[in-house]
Amino acid sequence: MPTATFFLQAQSVSRQYRLGETVIRAVDAVSLNIRKGEFIALLGSSGSGKSTLLSMMAGLDRPTSGAIRVQERNLAELPSDDLARYRRETVGMVFQSFNLLPRMTLEENVELPLRLAEVDRHDRASRVGEALERVGLGARRRHRPSELSGGEQQRGGLARALVNRPAILFADEPTGNLDSVNGEQILLLLREIQDSLGMTIIMVTHERPLAEKFANRIALLSDGKLVSDGAPR
Amino acid sequence: MKTRDLSELAVRNLREAVLRNSLTTLGVAVGVASLVAMLSLGVGLQTLASSRLTRSGLFDAVFVTSQRNFRGPGRPPSAESAPKQKTRPLDDDVRQQLSKLPNVTEVYPQIRFVTEVRYAGKSESTAVLGLSDSSRTSGAFDGMTGAFFSSPSAEEAILQIDFAKLLTDQPSSLIGKDLILRYAERAALPKNASDEDLLDSMIGSGTPGGITIAPREKKLRIVGVIESDPSAGIGGFGGARVYLPLKTAEQLHVAQPDDLQVFVSGNSGKPSYIAMTVRVHSPKDVPQVEAAIKQLGFATFSLLDASKTLVTVFRVFDLFLGLFSSLALTVASLGIINTLVMAVLERRREIGIWKALGATDHDVRSLFFAEAGAMGLFGGLFGLALGWLIGQALNWGTTIYLRTQNLPGTKITFVPLWLALFAIGFAIAVSLVAGLYPAARAARLNPVEALRYE
Repeated sequence: MPTATFFLQAQSVSRQYRLGETVIRAVDAVSLNIRKGEFIALLGSSGSGKSTLLSMMAGLDRPTSGAIRVQERNLAELPSDDLARYRRETVGMVFQSFNLLPRMTLEENVELPLRLAEVDRHDRASRVGEALERVGLGARRRHRPSELSGGEQQRGGLARALVNRPAILFADEPTGNLDSVNGEQILLLLREIQDSLGMTIIMVTHERPLAEKFANRIALLSDGKLVSDGAPR
Repeated sequence: MKTRDLSELAVRNLREAVLRNSLTTLGVAVGVASLVAMLSLGVGLQTLASSRLTRSGLFDAVFVTSQRNFRGPGRPPSAESAPKQKTRPLDDDVRQQLSKLPNVTEVYPQIRFVTEVRYAGKSESTAVLGLSDSSRTSGAFDGMTGAFFSSPSAEEAILQIDFAKLLTDQPSSLIGKDLILRYAERAALPKNASDEDLLDSMIGSGTPGGITIAPREKKLRIVGVIESDPSAGIGGFGGARVYLPLKTAEQLHVAQPDDLQVFVSGNSGKPSYIAMTVRVHSPKDVPQVEAAIKQLGFATFSLLDASKTLVTVFRVFDLFLGLFSSLALTVASLGIINTLVMAVLERRREIGIWKALGATDHDVRSLFFAEAGAMGLFGGLFGLALGWLIGQALNWGTTIYLRTQNLPGTKITFVPLWLALFAIGFAIAVSLVAGLYPAARAARLNPVEALRYE
């Protein structure tokens, strides 16, 4: 299949860590081709390598061997500044522990990626407002994270991930710190964003039912290896 | 990231840990304050000394004597200084010649004589000195009781306070009163004088020509009483206690100690002077004018070399004050390093989030740099204000002390613009250097590891 038809390609990607004399293979020769607009869940138990693989595909970490190609660029070979630009312009990130900066208001948190991307000051307010409205937090913009519930914080994190209009959204256990109701709401929101914006979503989870309910495709990892890859049952 | 955003975020971060950052900034401020206070003291003392000395006219003046006169008090005559040619008297012809030299602004003779002063039936003998009109701006008459001479040829006198006390118990009450000066007037006799004149003038040689010396009196209005001796030390000629405008003194034609020698040596009957003062445009002109006067066969003396030494002494003084006070700023910079290193440790996760959102290493480094720079800027501004206040307190204390000693108050500290800018710039520079290591450490953090940090 020609490379151009895939938005992101992981080609025999490995990530090893050295712990004293022991070499730990967190990700072991994983290959994965992802099309634009797919909602793929990386499923696996704790320590299976799914978060490490996601970090490499999001440009936060580099593989020890193999290549990750996004729009013809191999992330493994990109200079540090270009990798930062990739994270800034192409990628949105949602984390398990929300990772909103506690000292900033929700609005300021959402504005941060726009500051980093040097977006004009006048455009920022409207884009921040738009992102917060999309996740239903327009009325909470002046609140600090500590004044928001877990579900609201995660929606705030999602607004921050969307504000730069990324091509791919990476979500690392987005429901891990939420109750089932709030977890479902977040995944519904992700699904809605995928449908309306045609965004590619790569989500790490260890909850098979949620993955099967919301993702178009499930890649199962175990001990750093890709065990299966296909549509949910 | 844009500079404005960076600055906003840096200030915002500083505000969040307000107590710790305020204490660190206060450390910088104390360092800067000690630097400003010390250097302002050095600058103030130097300014005070140099302005007094510059205004005194000591450093833009060359003192001229004829070769035979040039010998400091108490110095033995040296074989080298013995005249090898016929000495020229310092007369009005020489005065004209000297005033035509390049860069010379003023030439005036030193007219000093000992005479008798009468006031209210009292008679006192004292030294009288003619003062040029340029003495008005020398600073020596600042704070004087009364006023300087109303014109360069006014028939007025200023008295030194010790002398004034000899005349009355209330020196200030003398202002506006008249005193009588009794002096010996000299006049040249023409070569074709009458027999009676000749008879009067037969001194030694029995040849026609010569000088007459006759007692005279002059009424002068007292216009001022001065605490110090404005002429003390000039050219090593000692002081006087009664001062007249120079032109008035010249018009008295008072017999000078040189007159007899000039007369005996067969020179004309023109008046000659013990010394002349040649004022130049600026101190840098002194060496060239001095050389030109020596070429004319006169001895010269200037205080320029002394002033150079003074400047060197103050430079070294400033250097030591600066080094000493920089120690405080060095300690403050350790405080900045400590605060920022702690901030990097505490904010590891925040740095990870920044990087995950697309911040480059440069962005992270710049943020910590900006925080260090902001602490330096605020510390510098606050320290400058604090240092200035310390200086004002020193001025205030000094003035109070001087007044208890019956002396006029004075400013001993001065913060020039360059010192203010230097202090702020130095505080920012020290803070940025202190921020180098923490900023580099923050920039190097691996985002995945930083995000795992709890």
